[in-house]
Amino acid sequence: MVKDLISIKDLSREEIEKILEKSEEMQVLLEENKGLDIMKGKILATLFFEPSTRTKLSFTSAMQRLGGNVMGFEAVESLSVAKGENLTDTIRTIEKYSDIIVIRHPKEGTARYVAEISSKPVINAGDGSNQHPSQTLLDLYSIKKLKGRIQGLNITLLGDLKHARVMKPLAYTLAMFGANLKFVAPSGLEFSKELVNEIKEKFNVKIIQTSDIYSGVVGADVVYACRIQKERFSDQYEAEKLQKSFKITPEIIDNAKEDMIILHALPKVGELDSAIDEMKHAKYFEQAAFGIPVRMAILSMVL
Amino acid sequence: MEELIVRKIENGSVIDHITSGKGLKVANILNLNPDETVVLLMNVPSKKLGRKDIVKVENRILTSEEVNKISLIAPHASLNIIENREVKEKRKVELPNTLENIVKCPNNNCITNSNEPIKTKFFVEKREPVKLRCFYCEKIFNSEEIII
Repeated sequence: MVKDLISIKDLSREEIEKILEKSEEMQVLLEENKGLDIMKGKILATLFFEPSTRTKLSFTSAMQRLGGNVMGFEAVESLSVAKGENLTDTIRTIEKYSDIIVIRHPKEGTARYVAEISSKPVINAGDGSNQHPSQTLLDLYSIKKLKGRIQGLNITLLGDLKHARVMKPLAYTLAMFGANLKFVAPSGLEFSKELVNEIKEKFNVKIIQTSDIYSGVVGADVVYACRIQKERFSDQYEAEKLQKSFKITPEIIDNAKEDMIILHALPKVGELDSAIDEMKHAKYFEQAAFGIPVRMAILSMVL
Repeated sequence: MEELIVRKIENGSVIDHITSGKGLKVANILNLNPDETVVLLMNVPSKKLGRKDIVKVENRILTSEEVNKISLIAPHASLNIIENREVKEKRKVELPNTLENIVKCPNNNCITNSNEPIKTKFFVEKREPVKLRCFYCEKIFNSEEIII
């Protein structure tokens, strides 16, 4: 594997499959409650310049389960960047203190730049609205674990596809793995034409685009939902209206395939009716748990 | 009316076969000095293009960086280097596969638009029409969006 994990586009299908296999090995070790100490004496620096719950904690948990240590900061205000230090100087210092760097930053391309200036492996935990490759890998792993395969599955991506960071790289890799894709988004929140054309041209897949939730859920093997990203709207009233109306309800699911599964990168804020949490289709908490073996695999492969 | 004759330049660069209407933009990106003699010919007849623009800059040989910039605006342009009123060198302007530190990323949220000491880098995704991909933010832009 490459030294850093910056963009899912840097990886070939074979490299992705290798990471998924390694994740499976890690999960077996976790289930057998076997400790691993391959990261003993190593330090992971978690640099989160934006809020995170699952990504930060699961990287921390993954590193600790591999026998390593973790260091980071609680708030950006506590860093020297708040005093005007640039990111370049911060990274040049932190790389001396640690063995792997995980970074989330609001500016797109930050992780790529950090990987250029750091001699230590860098993992992108989100750069603006661009990439979040460990999430993409855990999404692929979840589908493979829960459905046995990706190729040939009918997979619906639903929600604010324009803004959600997880959706673009996911659509790209699902097409790479030969899934049949349906994109469901409210008008104006669709994927860009450039992205849809890029995916079609590169992987020769059929894509259906609609704003109708019902047709996106019925017939799907996997529905991957994401929230309406209210913070990206200038008109908050419009965003709230969409949040209330663009929603999967138990009634819609009643018409879905018996074994359809629903995934979500979380946090969810209303796009899934809360009654769905109790339904057998809801697999998003299981999906979140897969973050540990997948991130253990990533850490073990970059170092 | 007296005919205006555009004379040949003694020494310098002639950028020929510029897409009609783009000549002024080409002249602009050359950051011309106030004391430099420049001739801008617009919408002149051309066998190849039907109509074309031409920019002549006296006493200046364009750098490869300047030629790269021109290739973004006028991909069919050609460059003639003139010495003692003779064409010393003639070459087609060609867009390289990678553009380093030549254009700015139009994405305001790209890390290259910050106070970090980063040189921009773009890959040419498509040549006709030109599409460039930012190495950092991974976004794709057409030549109209690119900030030169």
